[in-house]
Amino acid sequence: MHLIFTIKKGGKMELEAAKMIGAGLAAIALAGAGVGIGIIFGNYLSGAMRNPSAAQKQFPNLLLGFALAEATGLFGLVVALIILFAF
Amino acid sequence: MAANPMHQFQVYRLGPEIKLGNVDLSFTNASLFMLISALSICIFLYFGSKQKSIIPGRLQLIAELFYNFIAKMINDTAGSKAKPYFPFIFTLFMFVLLCNMIGMLPYSFTVTSHIIVTLVMALFIFIAVTIIGFFKHGLKYLSIFVPKGVPVVLLPLITVIEIISYLSRPVSLSVRLFANMMAGHTMLKVFGSFVISLGLLGGWLPLSFSVALTGLEILVAFLQAYVFAILTCIYLNDALNLHH
Repeated sequence: MHLIFTIKKGGKMELEAAKMIGAGLAAIALAGAGVGIGIIFGNYLSGAMRNPSAAQKQFPNLLLGFALAEATGLFGLVVALIILFAF
Repeated sequence: MAANPMHQFQVYRLGPEIKLGNVDLSFTNASLFMLISALSICIFLYFGSKQKSIIPGRLQLIAELFYNFIAKMINDTAGSKAKPYFPFIFTLFMFVLLCNMIGMLPYSFTVTSHIIVTLVMALFIFIAVTIIGFFKHGLKYLSIFVPKGVPVVLLPLITVIEIISYLSRPVSLSVRLFANMMAGHTMLKVFGSFVISLGLLGGWLPLSFSVALTGLEILVAFLQAYVFAILTCIYLNDALNLHH
């Protein structure tokens, strides 16, 4: 509430503060990556428990899925770093 | 205040400044570590394939392991048509792997943590795959944007989405590798600075975290090289086997 008041009153927010808030917000993307990685490993484990003989063959797919899911979260981190260091 | 964790990514000049018009061609620490990784691949593979004995020695075993690993990956993901591209993908994998691994050594420089390096590699792959696709299939290659079995009503929308996803390939391929390497190394540095700032009494906890994270980073270094290579294979598969 105070923040909104400051923006309206002064016409502009301090750039440094806005950058910090924006970078923090961009890092929320990592929560999604955490959920995704958890789902991937959890589903791999439950599949492997049901059919252990097929588990070894799907291991490369597990690694691929892990890397792809992790990368989407890191895109958010890149946005945070761009906000902090590139502007 | 702890040392700046971004300091490790600084590129600086080694030796004299070389300029060609407006282009700076000076020898930097990035070029030095690229050279080191390229040379170590050459030396390793030269000595690994020198003896050619039936019962392989250690070096030959590792070299054969890498060869079989990549050959199997290409065969599984892109089929037998992709065999001519084995040298390219093998080189790509080994270069990214060595750059990542040499970056894990203390006081070294991670080449792949700079987006310009990964973007050039990704753009090269993207343009090459597009040229291969048009070369093999002619204008029929454009049907990659029109998936089979989609209702006609949805087709305009799906085609636009497919085109966007095709064009975003180099971006996602390069940012994935660069962000993983940069985030990992920043994290290691941050935990390292915790050890210093907590001192002799409290520093042991972040130190043990640092050890575990180093292990994780070595895994990520290998994994990202693998993912980079396997995604290249998948793109190549799209270009070689159209709607298989």
